[in-house]
Amino acid sequence: MAYFKMTRVALKWVVSKPVTTRYPFEPRVAIPGSRGLLEFAKETCVYCNVCAKKCPTGAIVVQRAQKRWTIDRLLCINCGYCVEACPKKSLALTTAHGAPSVTKDREHYGA
Amino acid sequence: MSPEQTFETIPVETLLERVRTFREQGWRLVQIGATRLPDQLELTYSFDRENRLANLRLALLGDQPKVPSVSSIFWCAFLYENELHDLFNLQVSDLAIDFQGHFYKTAVKFPFGTTKPPVAKPTAAATFAAPQPTSAKA
Amino acid sequence: MARTIIPFGPQHPVLPEPVHLDLVVEDERVLEARPSIGFVHRGLEKLVEKKDFIEFVYVAERICGICSFIHGQTYCQGIEAIMNIPVPPRALYLRTIWGELSRLHSHLLWLGLMADAMGFESLFMHSWRVREKVLNIIEATTGGRVIFGSCKLGGVRRDIAADAAGKMLADLETIERDIRDLTGIFLADRSIKDRLCGVGVLSREAAYDLGCVGPTLRASGVGQDLRQLGYAAFKDLEVRPVTRTEGDSFARCAVRCDELFQSIDLIRQALAKMPAGDIAVKVTGNPNGEYLARTEQPRGEVVYQIKANGTKNLQRLRVRTPTFANLPALVKVLQGCELADVPVLVLTIDPCISCTER
Repeated sequence: MAYFKMTRVALKWVVSKPVTTRYPFEPRVAIPGSRGLLEFAKETCVYCNVCAKKCPTGAIVVQRAQKRWTIDRLLCINCGYCVEACPKKSLALTTAHGAPSVTKDREHYGA
Repeated sequence: MSPEQTFETIPVETLLERVRTFREQGWRLVQIGATRLPDQLELTYSFDRENRLANLRLALLGDQPKVPSVSSIFWCAFLYENELHDLFNLQVSDLAIDFQGHFYKTAVKFPFGTTKPPVAKPTAAATFAAPQPTSAKA
Repeated sequence: MARTIIPFGPQHPVLPEPVHLDLVVEDERVLEARPSIGFVHRGLEKLVEKKDFIEFVYVAERICGICSFIHGQTYCQGIEAIMNIPVPPRALYLRTIWGELSRLHSHLLWLGLMADAMGFESLFMHSWRVREKVLNIIEATTGGRVIFGSCKLGGVRRDIAADAAGKMLADLETIERDIRDLTGIFLADRSIKDRLCGVGVLSREAAYDLGCVGPTLRASGVGQDLRQLGYAAFKDLEVRPVTRTEGDSFARCAVRCDELFQSIDLIRQALAKMPAGDIAVKVTGNPNGEYLARTEQPRGEVVYQIKANGTKNLQRLRVRTPTFANLPALVKVLQGCELADVPVLVLTIDPCISCTER
């Protein structure tokens, strides 16, 4: 009957396990391939500045002379253009979420 | 592959007549857009019928270009014409519903109005001033 | 009889995005509705003066969160038509698949919101539960849940491997079963029919004259679906527009329910026919020319008027989104309705105000 289609669904879900993950008590299962936090490998970087040029928001700033690579985590949109552009494969996107922050600092790597 | 589209430039005086012909032949209004070129304001009226696109082009000169409204023929045009008035300072006469410049709330009036992008001057009195402390004059 | 003006929005529990309507009400009947938009106007059309045409794909994707992929796809199609870039067939198929996944998640989102507007919260939660499965597929294949980031000029950025495609098909089986349950409730439940049937009727002529697009137009009997233009891989797939004739809110709901099944079918067809090959070509030079790119978003026809003059920045980008075209229909349909029907009517045209006001 017209009213009872929903009743069947509702009763089914009363006895089923909830779909939601009880985070943080249950661990978060990240989907592989998801675009998350940017990871920088300082060892292979040659400070060529290509990643900074490709970055659409200006989150990455590279100072070539001082050999400094900085990123503003709050500006990064996890698009992955820098990862594609880097000739030395120093950048990678992990599936982690960025930590919350209350200040707009830049993260520095290098001297 | 790109589907065919036609662009036709017409003078302003024939606009209402051409739009009326389109309406009678069963075309529907797709959009009315404008481009600010260095020496003129270029309007594009797009019509569609059975997935074919026909565009009418108008070139308007002058600081405050005028155009008659087509909202008497296509009522839905009033939205596009109000938007063009708010963004480009296009004067449209006989609008079916006229918002008189209050359609969009922009910080700068007529953002596309001039050829050079307008620079918003910081106003002396800030709109969202911090609340005054209670000890000050109420 | 005294008239009252009731302001509806911009903050309202039923609205997904802020829009303001001044409702002139007499007793419980709405006489007139005056729309007022501009709360999410970000001036994205003016941003073309700053961002060059390659970077602008990111901005185009972010015009809207729900229909984001097809915005990016239309922009790419426009620039590719101006520059005559031959996009590889595999990329076209991938774009089609992601476009249809985008349509799936958008319609499921709308079904949830419609249930919520009627107060049917548990059905809202169920629709979004099914939508989560679609978002998981999208995240596994593109990396992002709503902003896909996978379309670029000249092709796409990521590929779908064979095993990922197999997993997608298996997931789509479960999703289709869930959607069948869900649409069964939407189209048969008595309380939903009481709220939707006969509300907000748009006749065939009225819908066409008012410039409606998308499901709003198709529910009134006009079989216009821009996927028949044959962009992307649609020239190889068969698309039959889903239409209804009644033109009321129930018909619009039914059209969107049927389009869910159509999208799943299209994804299956595209996965089966997808050729092997490259996924992108390199783009050099600057665009010069003008083109109007049109695609079918979940809400209707979107038009990107792109004018380029040979420099790195486009001269003009004008986006005409489907909700902008459906707004006159909303104003017309609100005249003479009951006050309690206003949320249902506002949602029935599927408002995506951030698209409307870029």
